[in-house]
Amino acid sequence: MKPFAYVAAGSLAEAVDAHGGRPGSRYLGGGTNLVDLMKLGVERPDTLVDLTRLPLDAIEETGDGGLRVGSGVRNSDFAAHPLVAARYPVVSQALLAGASGQLRNAATTGGNLLQRTRCSYFQDISKPCNKREPGSGCGARDGVHRDHAVLGHSAHCIATQPSDLAVALAAVDAQIELRGPQGLRTVPATTFHRLPGDSPEQDTVVVPGDIVTAVLLPPGPAGLPSRYRKVRDRASYSFALASVAAVLDLDAGRVRHVAVCFGGLAHRPWRATITEERLRGAVPTQEAVRQAVEAELLQAQPLRDNGYKVGLAKNLACDVLDTLVRSASA
Amino acid sequence: MANHSGHSGQTSSRITLRVNGEEYTLTLDHRVTLLDALREHLDLIGAKKGCDHGQCGACTVLVDGRRVNSCLLLAVAQQGTSVTTVEGLGDAATPHPLQAAFVERDAYQCGYCTPGQLCSAVGMLAEVTAEAGSDPTTSARRSALTRDEVAERMSGNLCRCGAYPRIVDAVLDVIA
Ligand SMILES: Cc1cc2nc3c(=O)[nH]c(=O)nc-3n(C[C@H](O)[C@H](O)[C@H](O)COP(=O)(O)OP(=O)(O)OC[C@H]3O[C@@H](n4cnc5c(N)ncnc54)[C@H](O)[C@@H]3O)c2cc1C
Ligand code: SF4
Ligand code: FES
Ligand code: FES
Repeated sequence: MKPFAYVAAGSLAEAVDAHGGRPGSRYLGGGTNLVDLMKLGVERPDTLVDLTRLPLDAIEETGDGGLRVGSGVRNSDFAAHPLVAARYPVVSQALLAGASGQLRNAATTGGNLLQRTRCSYFQDISKPCNKREPGSGCGARDGVHRDHAVLGHSAHCIATQPSDLAVALAAVDAQIELRGPQGLRTVPATTFHRLPGDSPEQDTVVVPGDIVTAVLLPPGPAGLPSRYRKVRDRASYSFALASVAAVLDLDAGRVRHVAVCFGGLAHRPWRATITEERLRGAVPTQEAVRQAVEAELLQAQPLRDNGYKVGLAKNLACDVLDTLVRSASA
Repeated sequence: MANHSGHSGQTSSRITLRVNGEEYTLTLDHRVTLLDALREHLDLIGAKKGCDHGQCGACTVLVDGRRVNSCLLLAVAQQGTSVTTVEGLGDAATPHPLQAAFVERDAYQCGYCTPGQLCSAVGMLAEVTAEAGSDPTTSARRSALTRDEVAERMSGNLCRCGAYPRIVDAVLDVIA
């Protein structure tokens, strides 16, 4: 690991200033991803700006029925908050499906959304990787890519976005609040992460110096039936091979609102807009759900060794939606 | 702390760590993790280095009462916190109830994961109590923990010897 300076920022302005948008600066949240990557030599910062002393750790009601979750709120506290668990079960479930009790106690909301991919080539500095070193090639494309993307990948990168939380936030149409050198702005969770295209080094729309200050959970889906389901290689403490976050509301037996988002399949949480369009206004029979999910997954472009993800994602989405239909009709 | 604020090129700091109720002031390179500070600088070798990447839980300690992986925390960022290691839970003469239950149940073979299992279980039970505390309808929560739920909540601690069934037994003994 390279020696680095450490700054415990006392205010947001001081943090933005200490970071300065310099290529060698990194913000420090819980450190559970950044410190790991520093040990691996993937991250080589010369300055760490610690955000955990800032008052970014509150969960507040927004007056319009939504919630504002500070970026410093630890994953375990976010998941256990009674208003989050009651109004946005899918968000609590996604958080609790991630990592371990210890990691969730340290991990922050902001750091969770900005964690880097778990692609093993990205994490190994002796291997080619366009995300880590643009232009060096993609080791995974013809290598070990069982965990990699089946949707929206490019010739340059086939990595998946690892955060479970990000998938649930996209499903509830959350907004991400950013404070950067240019001031405050909000970005929809659905477009916060990017597709890789020809610049896979850029995971998200965040620019150097931006601080994620909060996640805004909107009033719309609050209290609607919602669910997160994740499949991994073992029962717990493992990243998603595929996951689904969904929200459903019925009106007289027809779909009034539906949101379906896949995790583990793409470089960003994948909102199944085709599925949603087909189901909106329809009677959600098992057959209708199956057809709507299949229509979305027709776009899949599996690689040599990850075709299993398409069938897995289909079964998962059908199960989650059928379960939600039953609980919404009950 | 020497360079508490403001940008400076300094790569080490003089910090005070509070561990098991005692304060230690030492100058540490910023790269030192809490785990290495405990083991290499404070001679507290209870917390173990299994993987050094957050993947095994052998390094679990309590920071302000919450279980965390000390291998992924930078020591310099722990200024002002209160750390409890397995040494702080109890000793042979006055063991923590969980330590006693682990001995009683023989909840280990090689023992390498045990300090992490113990700190994790203490933190886990505190989490369950806190959840129950925030919702009176679940006040029976702790005693209602099932084997599966204990296993899920303890999944951040791997045991290469596979002592899992007895670890769950020991945890359930303590809450019974
Ligand atoms: C063994 C293991 C298993 C895991 N399993 C899962 C899993 O199943 N599902 C899952 O979702 N995650 C999983 N994780 C990842 C874990 O959730 C993340 O490491 C964690 O959420 C990152 O949060 P942090 O606060 O520690 O981030 P840090 O490591 O502090 O930071 C991560 C990145 O975000 C930047 N950053 C941090 N905070 C901010 C901010 N407020 N504004 C701007 N930039 C910021 C940092 O500079 C860094 O680039 C796992 C991790 C490990 C080690
Ligand atoms: S998939 Fe992306 S992250 Fe993995 S090696 Fe290829 S370019 Fe790198
Ligand atoms: S040594 Fe920290 S989790 Fe393995
Ligand atoms: S007792 Fe040997 S690793 Fe758990």
